[in-house]
Amino acid sequence: MEMNEAAATEANKGSRNQRWALGIVGFLVLVSILSFAAHEYYIYISAYLWFGFIYGMCLQYGRFCFASAFRDLFAVGVPRMVVGIMIATILFSFVSAFVTATGMSTFHAAPTSIHAVIAGLIFGVGMVFAGGCASGSLYKTGEGNGVSLLVVLSISVTQATFVDLGGWFNKLVPQSWHESALAKKLPAAINAGDGWVDQYLAGYVWNQPIKKFSTMLGFKDASFTGAFIGDFLVGVVLPATALLVVVYAFWVRKNYRKKRAAGGGTMTFRDELAGYWGMIASSKRTALAGLFLGIACGLQMLVIEGLRIKFGVKNAGTLLSRLGHDFGLSVSGTVFDPGYWYVTTQEAQWVGWVFNKLGWNNMDNIYFGLNNGIPNPAINPADWMSLALIGGAAVMALLSTEFKFKKPTKELAVWAIVGGALMGIGSRLGLGCNVGAFFARVAMGDASGWLFGIGMIGGAYIGVKFFNWWTERQMAKEMAAFDL
Amino acid sequence: MAMKFEKKAEGLFALDVTGYVCPHPQIYTKKALEKMKNGDIVELVFDNPSSSESIAAMCEAQGNEIVEKSMANGKYVWKIKKTADVAALAR
Repeated sequence: MEMNEAAATEANKGSRNQRWALGIVGFLVLVSILSFAAHEYYIYISAYLWFGFIYGMCLQYGRFCFASAFRDLFAVGVPRMVVGIMIATILFSFVSAFVTATGMSTFHAAPTSIHAVIAGLIFGVGMVFAGGCASGSLYKTGEGNGVSLLVVLSISVTQATFVDLGGWFNKLVPQSWHESALAKKLPAAINAGDGWVDQYLAGYVWNQPIKKFSTMLGFKDASFTGAFIGDFLVGVVLPATALLVVVYAFWVRKNYRKKRAAGGGTMTFRDELAGYWGMIASSKRTALAGLFLGIACGLQMLVIEGLRIKFGVKNAGTLLSRLGHDFGLSVSGTVFDPGYWYVTTQEAQWVGWVFNKLGWNNMDNIYFGLNNGIPNPAINPADWMSLALIGGAAVMALLSTEFKFKKPTKELAVWAIVGGALMGIGSRLGLGCNVGAFFARVAMGDASGWLFGIGMIGGAYIGVKFFNWWTERQMAKEMAAFDL
Repeated sequence: MAMKFEKKAEGLFALDVTGYVCPHPQIYTKKALEKMKNGDIVELVFDNPSSSESIAAMCEAQGNEIVEKSMANGKYVWKIKKTADVAALAR
């Protein structure tokens, strides 16, 4: 009888979850239909929205979190996420190479210098503290996780504040940056000589060279050979394979050899290959998520560029302007419209919009004022991508009964706020997060993506060292009560 | 709620990391297994879905056996038997 009651409760919960999942999908469908009925331009927002939804589903299904890649490797010796991310990157890169070769790429490479490593390092420490990267925290928010929501809020507020810091912080700017920023002769409304981030960007970062593997090898950027040989093969496949060889050699091989030795015989090269493949195939769930994620990321570029061509625009700001939404456009008439998966800038934007409404003049900086704007979140395409990402993850979590509202404890709230703040600062220094500055750049053959990645690995190592110490301390307290 | 690590009987431990997000559940599980003796069992309770993948992979790699798995209302209860010398593997 009890068993029947338990089964009935589970069944009830299942059908309630299904109704919620259906409700989320229904809401997003309604947004798409009603906005399209208002004007066909709004299909641009729907394109971002539905790709966001797919990303959310993939991330939740594969428990796909960039933070866990090197953190779990260093902390508990588990390589599944490094493998998953490398698979996703290779596939994203393959689809991107096709998009680039056909001239439909929406990607802009970033300046390459040591700043990317430093930014990655700060971001890496932050993502271990926070318990998830920028995209991981979004999908975990969709699982009902209050800690992750706090992380997202912390990233958002920190970025929106950090990019407009002036006053005393101007004293920390080297004179050479200041002079170089002024020499760029940006519009007077931006006031490029004021603000730490402005002078960092215009006075330092913009002076650094842009390095794509295709052009470094002497190929033309948007050519078939450049995209497939330079950016895809040399820029992604070879380094990703080498990285996985290192992971295999240092973390997987020892246990694999032990298991093999138990069955007798010596290790041949064939066995090593089998061990390497075993590592890659060990988490099918993560690998499968990586596969779909990689393909979807590449397709998004194609779809967005297709819409830009159809509407005769280069940036969503023009569409918003045509629709009469002039508030929050940058001085260049643009808004943030990457054309591919991105996470942190739209988070900064919505808080920037709130700050602006509260009376903070935050449009006199490069980040909001010159490039990205602070459009109303309701009509900000990238904001819909993130919102739908949370929705997609929630749908997956509801359907697999993994959805659960969780309030943050005091301890985790502290880690979330500190980690989120570090990720926010790292994102702005590196011009993106684990997705925009690492995943997308690496996949597109941009050398700065790997530099950010190296920084993230270092940051993850530092974060793990700290948590090892912290958890050891907590365990010791608990174990004082008994003999082991 | 803070984490709890208790000895329930000789060779039987309970580790409750409910409410914790990554990487805490997997690190606490690893530490608990390191401290236990071969043949000991830990009853692990957690509610962070992504930790389930990492803990399962960690047990698989280190040769520890997950003898029982259940999940209801987003709460995971796993019984893990230490069958490998984790401390030696970590060295």
